[in-house]
Parts: sequence; C-alpha cells; structure tokens
Amino acid sequence: MCGSKVNISEANYLKIKEICASFNNNPGDLINVLHKTQDHFGYLPVEVQKVVAECLGIPATRVYGVVSFYSFFTMKPKGKYAISVCLGTACYVKGGEKILDALKSELKISEGEVTPDGKFSIDVLRCVGACGLAPVMTINGKTYGRLVPEDVKGILAEYAD
Amino acid sequence: MDTIKLTIDNRTVEVPKGTTILKAAAQMGIKIPTLCNFELEGLALKNHPGGCRVCVVEVAGRRNLAPACITECMPDMVVKTNSLRAVNARRTVLELMLSDHPNDCLQCPKSGKCELQALAADMGIRDIPYKGEQSHYPITLSPSIVRDESKCIMCRRCEAVCHEYQTVGAIGAVDRGFPAVVSTAFGEDLIDTNCIFCGQCIAVCPVGALSEVDHTARILRDIANPDVKTCVQVAPAVRVALGEEFGMPAGSIVTGKIAAALKAIGFDYVFDTDWSADLTIMEEGTEFIQRIKAYLAGDKNVKIPLMTSCCPAWVNFYEKFYPELREYPSTAKSPQGMFGATVKSYFAEKIGVARENLVSVSVMPCVAKKYECEREELKVNGNPDVDYSITTRELARLIKICNIDFTTLPEAKFDSPLGESTGAAVIFGVTGGVMEAALRTAVEVLTGKTLPKIDFEEVRGLEGLREATVSVPGVADVKVAVAYGMKNARVIMEQIKAGNCPYHFVEVMACPGGCIDGAGQPYHHGDASIVKARYAAIYKADREMPLRKSHENPEIISIYKEFYGEPCSEKSHHLLHTHYFDKKIKFDIEK
Ligand code: SF4
Ligand code: SF4
Ligand code: SF4
Ligand code: FES
Repeated sequence: MCGSKVNISEANYLKIKEICASFNNNPGDLINVLHKTQDHFGYLPVEVQKVVAECLGIPATRVYGVVSFYSFFTMKPKGKYAISVCLGTACYVKGGEKILDALKSELKISEGEVTPDGKFSIDVLRCVGACGLAPVMTINGKTYGRLVPEDVKGILAEYAD
Repeated sequence: MDTIKLTIDNRTVEVPKGTTILKAAAQMGIKIPTLCNFELEGLALKNHPGGCRVCVVEVAGRRNLAPACITECMPDMVVKTNSLRAVNARRTVLELMLSDHPNDCLQCPKSGKCELQALAADMGIRDIPYKGEQSHYPITLSPSIVRDESKCIMCRRCEAVCHEYQTVGAIGAVDRGFPAVVSTAFGEDLIDTNCIFCGQCIAVCPVGALSEVDHTARILRDIANPDVKTCVQVAPAVRVALGEEFGMPAGSIVTGKIAAALKAIGFDYVFDTDWSADLTIMEEGTEFIQRIKAYLAGDKNVKIPLMTSCCPAWVNFYEKFYPELREYPSTAKSPQGMFGATVKSYFAEKIGVARENLVSVSVMPCVAKKYECEREELKVNGNPDVDYSITTRELARLIKICNIDFTTLPEAKFDSPLGESTGAAVIFGVTGGVMEAALRTAVEVLTGKTLPKIDFEEVRGLEGLREATVSVPGVADVKVAVAYGMKNARVIMEQIKAGNCPYHFVEVMACPGGCIDGAGQPYHHGDASIVKARYAAIYKADREMPLRKSHENPEIISIYKEFYGEPCSEKSHHLLHTHYFDKKIKFDIEK
C-alpha cells in the first residue's frame, strides 16, 4: 500500500540534482534545466523527468508537458551516431523523403528509433538552414548535402567502426 | 469605485473598471457563449485562459474580434455581440471543434449536461463542413474517474482546478498541435499519479472527457439477486442537491423523497449516513478531547492540531504529499466507512446474514468515496465494508431507470436502527460543518454544561480558509481553522511542518464549499448561486431537526450501549478507526 516507485541510479540522480541546483531549483528555468539534462543524458527518459519535477518542486505533468511540446526534446535514446534527416520545404521538394526511406531500409528502423546495437538512430528535422545543399542530412552534426538515395550506403560505411 | 460607460448591442451600460465584456453583457441579460472560461464566483474555482474563442465579439475600431471573457471594458467602447461577423466566427470556431470531436452524444455520460452539445444546439449546427482526421485515444479507467481523451476540447478547466485549486497537478496539457490533449504525465494511469480522486476535474469539464465510474447497472443486478440482501446509506449533501436533477429549484431539501425512492428501487434496508456522521462526532470528538487534555497538561508527544479525516480526497492528499504528518489527522474513519463497518458487523449479525451476502452501497456527493471503498484496510478478508459507492447523479439516473416520478413521490422515513440523526450530522455537508458538529459535542463534554447557543456562526462561511477562537470556559480558548481546497490545506500543513501552526483543531474538505459541491453532485456549470442555495439548505435542514447535537441521538446512545461500549473503546478502535500510509512517490536509488 505505498506509492509508486521510480528506479534510478545514484550517479544519474545526483547529476540531475546538480543540474537543477545550478539553476537554483527555479521552476522558471525548467526549459534550461531540460536542455542541460538532455545534453548530459542524450535524451529525457521518464525517471529523469520525475527527478527534475521533484527537484524543482513542480508536478511531473508540467515537465512532461514541456518535453512533449517542444520537438527538440526527446524521450527516446539516440544512437552512437545520430542521423538527422531534414524534411524542411527545400529538402522535401528535392527528395528528402527518399533519403529517409533509403536510411530506413538500410538500417531497418523507423524515424525516432535506434538500431538494436545502439549504433544508429534516425530523426527528422524541420530545417537545418543548409537549403542550398538540399536534400541534407547530418550525422552527429556533420552535414551531408546534395544527396541521392544511392549515397546512403557509402556514407553509413564511413561509420563502420 | 471608478466606473466605465460603454455600449453593448446598442444599449449603454455602466460597469466598474476592470469588468470584462462578458460580465458587462451578462449584467444586461446578454448571454455570450463561453467554453474555456469558467468561474465559480466566491468559491475559488476559476479558469480564464482566453483560448477557445467561442466568445468572440466585435469591438468598433478594432481589426480583430475580441474574446469577451478576457477583454476588459474601455470607456465609450462600442461592442456588438451578435453582428454577422461575430456570429460567423463563433460558428466557425465551434464547427472546427466539432470536426475533431466524436459524434456519439447518444451514448455519452455527459449527454444532456454537456456544454458543447448545448452550444451546438443553441447555434443551430446542422452540418460540420470540415472533415478531417479525428484524434483517438483509449478510454482509461481508475477507481473513481473515467477519462475519454478523444472528447477533450482542450479548454484546460480541469488543469486549472487540479494545479491551482488542489495544487496536485495530476493532469495537464501534453503534446502540441493536432494531438494535443489534457492527460497525465507520460500517459500513466491516474492511480499511479498524485491524483487524490477529488473529481473536481469532472465537475468542471464541459464535455464527456471526464466522468465518474458508473455503478448503476451493478445496483440493479444486486437488487435482483435473491441470494443477497442490499442496504444503502445516503450522505448529507445529497439531500440538498438531488432535486435539481428533477427540475426542482436548487436548495430543495428532498430527504424524505430519497428514502422513498430508494425503497421503491428495491433496497432491503434504507439507512442514513447522517446516523454515522453522528457516530463520527462521538469518536472524533472524543479523540479531540483526549488530545487537547493531554496537550494542555503538557504532553509534548501529542499531535495538535487534530485534523478531520472524513474527506477521502484529503486523506489521499496527506498520504501522497505529507505522509510525515499523517499522525495529525484523526484516526476516525469517514462517516461512509463507519457506516460500512457497523452494517457489516453489528447489523449483519443482527439480521443473521453473512457479510459476504450483505451488499452495502452508499450514495455520495463524491467520487473520492469510490476510491475509499477499494482501500484494502477497509475490507475484512477481502470483503469491503462498503461494496461500492454511487454519486448523486448516478442515483438520479437510477430513479429514472426505475420509472419513479421523483417530484410527486410521497416522503418516507429511513429505517431503524441506523437511520436516526441530528442537525449536527446534516451540516457535515458544508465547509465548517464537521467542526461545528464536533464543537457542539466536545464543548458540552469538556465543560459538563449545556451550551446556551449551539450555532457556532464563527466557523461558518464560504471563504476557503477561515479561523476562529472558541472559548471553552474553564478549559481553554480553542483555536480552530477550516479549510477547503488543497491549496488552503497546504498552508496549514506547511505551518505544522515549520512548527508554527497556531490551531488546536482543523477541518479540511477538498471540494469548494465542502461536499455540497462534491464532484458527484448535479453539474452547476459555474453557477455559484446553486452551490450557495445548497449551503443555505443544509443549515435550514439543521435548524428543522428536533435534535441538533450528535450525543443526543437516541440510536447513537443505544449502539454504544448495545455494541460499541464507549467512544474510542477497544471495539470502536477496531471497527471505527483506521490508519494511514506513506504513499509519496519514492525514488529507488541504486548505488
Ligand atoms: S481528481 Fe482531483 S486530483 Fe485527480 S486529476 Fe482530477 S482534479 Fe486532479
Ligand atoms: S478534459 Fe475536459 S476540462 Fe479538461 S481540458 Fe479536456 S475538455 Fe477541458
Ligand atoms: S469534500 Fe466531500 S465530496 Fe469533496 S472529496 Fe471530500 S468528502 Fe468527497
Ligand atoms: S470562453 Fe472566451 S476564449 Fe474561451
């Protein structure tokens, strides 16, 4: 007859506490806290959000409301190599979706997912500001432009390690 | 006060500065439709996000239509609430809303009470020109509340109530754009959140997205079952509200009709929660006397203030938010709980029926009571003291299903021996009532003298947090506080935590104005005059009772003689008292 439990490792718990404390546990800094937390963990799983709520003294609905509202927050882990495919207007018109399809069939995962070995993840972005190079994708921040679906295989091979 | 003159629909009106167009128009008899806007005036419930735009009006000289609910009147403003442009815009807003709303009014729990349905009817909507994708979410259940998020229109009234009035925050807006909805964090079940099951989110939801778990079919089955006996208890606040469901004016007292209706429905025994409210006063009052005496004698371990424990949503609140202070509230069960424990022991024995074959049902103004029924500690070998609880609204449905013409029904009396009650019991239905009932008994016991005046006006009222000093000659000046809404209860809990709480006795209720506005009552749609009429009716019912102090109830006197012995005796501790749990969400930290 006790309340629900949240499982988390001590190191992670302390790290989140530290991040929140660096913002004086101020609920007004929720978005900044979440940015920093995501930078550290790569994503924002449920337990992490619950600890943030606890530290800032706000309901978990507030934290989850913000995380689910802004597309730059994610609750899913990213792969070692995080692939982002741009589907902004320019990229879309120039066949961005075909690049995405090629990645999906090559890696056998959908957008928002990670390969079982944790190596690759695919995400979709709105516009990365490199429209001149459309269609564009990035892998851990490195930009690949003027892509055709046939390029995908070779690029992935660069990350064979 | 500064006033402003303006013109609305070709008539001039003068209003205090700061008045919204919506309120100024209402004052002139112009009813601008609203959806997200909500206020139970004087009772601390409100939501003014200006989000839905159903209330738009045309203001001369402004390019955009203005939402009347959040736009303040300005001097010489010229407003049209029914111009073609305003009417068309309002219709478009509504049509868009309906295009993403399930069309299943016929089966909806809010049918006939739904504000969206009423608005569509008022606006004469016959066709929805926009066709598109509709949001689909599964219906989710909890012990008290059913959530059908597909019907949510994102007015966020529930969120305002849950976060600001109750300071719980179990539900809130999640996602954005088309899939946006009001839900729990991470889509968890309500039972796994901090929800206290007050149900006030149901009370304010304009549509069928939130409703109570319905047990009417179960009652009909149990009544038809020849192998069981059925008994029912009715809470105080139900008798001043049920009439509304049958077109009677708010504040009609229908006690006798309720007893008659329950007999007509076919319950074998029709009893009264007012009886066990009197019993609660005997137990809780005695506990208070014991604690205050010890406290005044210098006992440092005794927990003062004593806090009431008859509101199950409040119990959930301190178990989830302040478990470290759970020794302050009285160990006395709620009146529903005391009734259940007595009926399944004393009464079952008396009529020679095994407790498993006695179905005990309660009619409550409340949805938190449904959750209370499911508490393991209120069961014996898995058999609950109260099998299940229905709301005032469910009773109204049951009466209709059973073809009973409630308004012409001749009155009847509750059955004996758990049916007699006093005025002290009926006031349990309002904020301050439990406190006053307890004082009527405790002060007489402490002084050994009959009270010259039994109306403790100082603890009455509708402010959310009130305090008073009651002098008990020869004993002490007893400092008391009365709170409703968890925002106010929190103030007192924080005082206790800080060691500077000045009170000896504190009453807490979750709902605005107490159980009269419980989440199981007929919907008030933000009309505070309905709640105030119920409030007045409770005190009228009290005045009309021949006996007005719990310790004078002859059926209470006799049950102590026959069964319980003394208040707070070993037997009553066993049956009429309970204990509380630490239900705070815990972090299990792995090293
Ligand atoms: S029942 Fe009360 S606590 Fe639970 S979600 Fe509704 S308003 Fe919040
Ligand atoms: S659940 Fe009801 S009250 Fe809450 S936002 Fe949706 S429609 Fe409004
Ligand atoms: S105030 Fe009354 S109706 Fe509301 S939750 Fe508490 S007991 Fe139930
Ligand atoms: S009622 Fe005015 S914006 Fe919703």
